[in-house]
Amino acid sequence: MSDLWDGLSQAWILLWTLDADLVEITARSLQVTLTALAIASAIALPLGAFLAVRRFRMRRLTIAVLNALMGLPPVVVGLVVYVLLSRAGPFGVLGLLFTPTAMIIAQVIIIVPLIASIAHQALRELWSDYHDLLISLNTSHVQRMSALLWDGRRALLTASLAGFGRAIGEVGAIMIVGGNIDHHTRVLTTAIALETGKGDFALALALGFILIGLAIAVNLAIHWLTRTEQEGRW
Amino acid sequence: MSDMFPLIVEGALTRRRGKVLVGPVDLRLEAGGVTIVIGPNGAGKTSLLRMLHGIARLNAGRIEWACGQERAREKQAFVFQTPVMLRRSVRDNLAYPLRLGGVTRREARAQADAMAEKVGLGDALGRPATVLSGGERQKLALGRALIRSPQVLFLDEPCASLDGRAMREVEEILKTAVQDGVRLIMSTHNMGQARRLASEVLFLLGGKIHERGSTVEFFDAPKTAQARAFLNGDIVE
Amino acid sequence: MKTFFVAVAAVAAMSAVAWAEDMKMAVTTSFHNSGLSDILLPAIQEDLGLEVQLLVVGTGQALRLGEAGDVDAILVHSKKAEERFLAAGHGTHRLEIMYNDFVFIGPKADTASVADSANAAQALQQIASTESVFVSRGDDSGTHKKELSLWASAGLDPQSLGDWYRAVGAGMGAALNTASGMDAYIISDRASWLNFGNKGELALLYSGDPVLFNQYAYIPVNPDKHRHVKNDLAMKLENWLVSDRAKDLINTYKINGETLFVFNAK
Repeated sequence: MSDLWDGLSQAWILLWTLDADLVEITARSLQVTLTALAIASAIALPLGAFLAVRRFRMRRLTIAVLNALMGLPPVVVGLVVYVLLSRAGPFGVLGLLFTPTAMIIAQVIIIVPLIASIAHQALRELWSDYHDLLISLNTSHVQRMSALLWDGRRALLTASLAGFGRAIGEVGAIMIVGGNIDHHTRVLTTAIALETGKGDFALALALGFILIGLAIAVNLAIHWLTRTEQEGRW
Repeated sequence: MSDMFPLIVEGALTRRRGKVLVGPVDLRLEAGGVTIVIGPNGAGKTSLLRMLHGIARLNAGRIEWACGQERAREKQAFVFQTPVMLRRSVRDNLAYPLRLGGVTRREARAQADAMAEKVGLGDALGRPATVLSGGERQKLALGRALIRSPQVLFLDEPCASLDGRAMREVEEILKTAVQDGVRLIMSTHNMGQARRLASEVLFLLGGKIHERGSTVEFFDAPKTAQARAFLNGDIVE
Repeated sequence: MKTFFVAVAAVAAMSAVAWAEDMKMAVTTSFHNSGLSDILLPAIQEDLGLEVQLLVVGTGQALRLGEAGDVDAILVHSKKAEERFLAAGHGTHRLEIMYNDFVFIGPKADTASVADSANAAQALQQIASTESVFVSRGDDSGTHKKELSLWASAGLDPQSLGDWYRAVGAGMGAALNTASGMDAYIISDRASWLNFGNKGELALLYSGDPVLFNQYAYIPVNPDKHRHVKNDLAMKLENWLVSDRAKDLINTYKINGETLFVFNAK
C-alpha cells in the first residue's frame, strides 16, 4: 500500500518540478503514439468502410482475420518488425531499427486491426440504414464510403480512441523494436518496465499514474473538441 | 418533354433466395400521368417499384427506357416507405444529391434552401434530420428526391404512417411535381389517395399484374373478380 | 499541470533534433542496473563528443544484436559465448575491461545456512539439500550461464532439481522482484543487488569465491560483415574505455560506500 502512496506523491513531485526527463519521455510517448494513430486511422477507417460497403468473395474471411488480429500479442508484432528491420533483415538498409519510426511502425500494425474492426462494426449498422438511399442515388463506391466515414465520424472517433488507448499503453513491441534507449527511444511504458526491473516501484508507479493521466487528458481533449464541432455544425 | 418514355418491360422478374418476389411482368408505360400500384400485402408492390427503379436485381427479362439505361438512372428518384435520414442537417440532406453530382457547395446550399421552402421545411434547415417528425421526414425525403429534377419519381407507400395533415401536405407536393412534368409511379394502401392522385391503376396480385386500367374504369368497373373483392375490402389471395 | 503540457508540446515540437555523432552498444542488464553507465556515458559525451546509445538486454540478445549488425559494439560478460561469437567472425576482437562479482542473496533467516559455506559450490549444495526455494534467471543471460556452471561444479543438474527450483525467464530486476516476493535464494551480480530498491526480507548472504568473479568484455562488431557498422566510433570508444580516465571512474564508482567494479584492461 505504501508503494501506492509513494508513487502518487512522487508523480506529483515530478509534475510539479517539470522533471526534464519526464517531460521528454512523455513528449516522445505522445509523438510516437499520435503519429501511429494518425497513420493507423488513415488506413483502418477507410478499410472499415470498405468492408461495410463492398461485397467480395474473401470478405467474411477478411473480417474474421481482422477480428482475430485484434488480439495480436504485441511481443509477436515486435519480433516480426524487429526481424524485418534488423540490419540482417529485408529492410535493414533503411537503418530504422531502434528509432521512433520503428516504434511507430509496430504500433500501427498493432492498432490497425483494432480500429478497423470497431469501425467496421459501427459502419455496418450505418450502412444498413443508408443502403437503399445510396444505391438509389447511383453513388460510386468511393462516394458511399465517404458518406459513411463522414456521417459515422463520432463512432469512428471512439474506434480511434480505442486504438490510442492500446498504443499508448503498449510496451512489449516497442521495447523490442525501440530498444528503450535513453533520450532516444525511451517512452513512458518502457521507462515503467525499466524502473520495475530496478525494483523502484514508487517511480514506476509515478510514471504509471502519469501515463493514465495522459490517456485521460487526450480523451477529454478530443471529446471537448468534437463537442464544439457538434454545436457549430448541428 | 420527357425522352425516357416509353418504358418497355418484358418478362421482368426478381427473386430473392430462390423465391420469386415479383414477375414475370410485361408492361409499357407512356409519358405523363400518375400510375398507382395497389394490391394486398405481399403482392409485390415494393419489389415491382424497386425492380423498375433498378435497385433490385433483375433475374430475368428486360427493362428498357427509351433514353437508355445510363441516362435513365440519373433522371429518376425513389422515396422509400421509411425515409432514410442522413445523419446531417436538413439542409445537408437536401444538398447531398447535388453534391454527388459535383455541384459547388454554395450552389447546392442555395438550391437546398429553395427546396426546403417548397416542401415546407424552411424553418428546419439547420436541424439534424434525425430529430424530425414522421411527416417532416417524408417531406424531406421528397425534397431530396426532387432536387435533381427527376423525370420519374417512384414512391413506395409514402404516406403509410402519416396523419391527415402531413398526408395533405405530401399530396400537395406531389401534385405540384406532376404539374412540373414529373412522372409518378407510386404504391399505396389508401384507396382514397389512389382515387385522388391516379390517372391509371396497376392491381398487383401474387407478384403479377392482375389488372390494369384507368382510374375511373378500375374503381367503377373492375374487370376481375379479385379486383372487385379487393375493392370490397375482402381478403384476397 | 497546464505548464506541464505546454512543456510537453514544446519538446514534442523540437524532438527532431539531430545528434552530432552516435553509436549503438548492447549491454547487459546487470551492467546498466549498476548505475555505472550513468557515470560513464556523460563522460564519454564530454571527452569524445560521442553519444553512446545503450540497448539494455540479456547477453543472449546482445550477441544476437551484434550478429545481425544492429549495434556497433557489445559489452557483455559470458566468456564462452563471447568466444563463439568471435570464432564465427561476428566481432573483431575481445577486450577485457573490468570485473565485478556475483553474490548469493537469500532470506535473512537463511534456512540453508548459505552464509557459513566455504565456497559457492557448497552454498548451492546446501540450498539443494534443504530444498529451499531458489530463483533462476532462466533467460540464457550471462548471469544465467554463470549460475548453470556453478550448479555443474557443485555436481548438481538443474534439470533434475525439484519444484523449489524456479526458472523465471526474466531480467535481473524482475528475477530479484520474484525472489523478494517468495523469500527465495537467488544469484545476482553485486551491482544489481545494491541498486535494487525492493529488497524486502532479502539480504546478501555469501560472496568472495573467485569463481564468482564476473568479467566484462568489450567486442566491436565486425565491419567486414556489416558495412554500415560504425567501427571507427567503436574504436574511439575502445580507446577511451582503456584510458586512465575510465580506469579512475570505474574504480571509484561506489554504491552505499561499496566498490563495485575492478578495472583490469591491459
